[in-house]
Amino acid sequence: MANIISDETIDYVGILAKLELSDEEKEAAKKDMGRMLDYIDKLSELDTTGVEPMSHVFPVQNVFREDVVTNGDESEQTLVNAPGEKDNMFVVPKTFD
Amino acid sequence: MDILSLTAVELAKAIREGKTTAVEATQAVLDKIAAGEDTYHCYVTVEREKALKQAEEVQKKIEAGELTGPLAGVPFAIKDNMCTEGTLTTCSSKILENFVPTFSAEAVLNLEKAGAVILGKTNMDEFAMGSTTETSYYGVTKNPRNPEHVPGGSSGGSAAAVAAEECFAALGSDTGGSIRQPASYCGVVGMKPTYGTVSRYGLIAYGSSLDQIGPLTKDVTDCATVLEAITSHDPKDSTSMERKNTDFTSALVADVKGMKIGIPRDYFGEGLDPEVRDAVLAAAEVLKAQGAEVEEFDLSLVDYAIPTYYTIAAAEASSNLERFDGVKYGYRAQDAEDLHTMYKRSRSQGFGPEVKRRIMLGSFVLSSGYYDAYYLKALRVKALIKKAFDEAFAKYDVILGPVAPTTAPKLGSSLSDPIKMYLGDIYTISINLAGLPGISVPCGTDSKGLPIGMQLIGDCFQEKKLIRAAYTYEQSVK
Repeated sequence: MANIISDETIDYVGILAKLELSDEEKEAAKKDMGRMLDYIDKLSELDTTGVEPMSHVFPVQNVFREDVVTNGDESEQTLVNAPGEKDNMFVVPKTFD
Repeated sequence: MDILSLTAVELAKAIREGKTTAVEATQAVLDKIAAGEDTYHCYVTVEREKALKQAEEVQKKIEAGELTGPLAGVPFAIKDNMCTEGTLTTCSSKILENFVPTFSAEAVLNLEKAGAVILGKTNMDEFAMGSTTETSYYGVTKNPRNPEHVPGGSSGGSAAAVAAEECFAALGSDTGGSIRQPASYCGVVGMKPTYGTVSRYGLIAYGSSLDQIGPLTKDVTDCATVLEAITSHDPKDSTSMERKNTDFTSALVADVKGMKIGIPRDYFGEGLDPEVRDAVLAAAEVLKAQGAEVEEFDLSLVDYAIPTYYTIAAAEASSNLERFDGVKYGYRAQDAEDLHTMYKRSRSQGFGPEVKRRIMLGSFVLSSGYYDAYYLKALRVKALIKKAFDEAFAKYDVILGPVAPTTAPKLGSSLSDPIKMYLGDIYTISINLAGLPGISVPCGTDSKGLPIGMQLIGDCFQEKKLIRAAYTYEQSVK
């Protein structure tokens, strides 16, 4: 079964992935994803009825801790890495008019 | 004494005995880096001054009797996806070209507690996505055994640095074989521990349910010693396990009498290079001659591991890499007028093609309407794969097979066909899905002189059996 990826699907995935693809990249992505899905479709050969999805190999539980601050104020050091900062805050392009 | 040819444990001993110093060893390895990097390019960042300063401090502590461990004074390389306080950490991506972490990964801190000197950060496939280290934004790394060939990946820089004597040992990370396969290609020892053994705190996440940090070393003794040093229970990593009996060096015993070793027939079928097959089977004979009981068996489901892996890893990657948005750190596109365009352009300009490919696939398999058919299906098959290993380990102490179907391919020959490249992960990938430990041990070379690795796989928490078998093999062929 060959998976044909439509322009609409690639545009939709681009929105989900927050990626802006050039026309050339879109065509390549359609082909790549189609081939990968053809390959992944191999899994449908296996009957997994009644098999629980396994997200973790060990029965791990959520780890809780007391809500106590253990690190100091690192805002200054953290903001050194920011592409834009002002008054101890991250600066971003405008989000609404 | 040729300092550079010493193993990590031998070097630390020589320093303790006053035959050399941490500073002398660091200087020697920095000189070797300066001479070798034009050819091999193992590192993205070398911290010359910092390493020498750290070596001085470590040497003082050794002389004062404050540092007495088996790795005190040893210069290490760290894969560039582990955060290092004050040192550039790029993940070999443009999107982190200027990221200087404010903290260090727990595994790096554990090494520093043991007296390690950190030389710098090694090259890798961008965000650990790749099998050749060719997807790095900062250029390819070459295999020190033959510079026309790739070092493997994604921890290719770490494996190459060990092989080129540009460090005494290194840390890598392994999501689908990224420690074991480059170790095999470069002729060094590499181990992926049981999931949860080494803290992932400060490791930049790719596939969180699969990622593990582990050692790349010159021999099995170094491997066990480094693993012992970096293992810890870390409350900052919610999947970190509280393990007992982590004195892995106690398993450095040359004795496999009565050990049951299973060889999966499915690992020796079509696609396996005959020279690799012969070398791995010869290694099994060596262990048999040492008293191990070796037999073949059918593991099953081997062909389903790669599609399962790429579904799960891509899904987790698409989620993990959402954090790279040009707001808090890393690359930001300069020409965007609104926030969403800034997000999109920063990511589109900052990520390379393989990373985008996996983010797109991951976003698709997690999207409404496809989640059950692809993502949940893969998680169900993962449960079946885990069960197949459980059944195998009811019969065997250790599973033995190849690490990769071939020796290191030539530079430039892999990236054009992603699926073909993914097929090279067939023997390593299911171990990550099942959370198992695996070790790659050199077991000869092919007719071109390229190293071949054998892989030993253990049940969860059974690293000691792997170390014992690997050490016995290594001692037998010395």
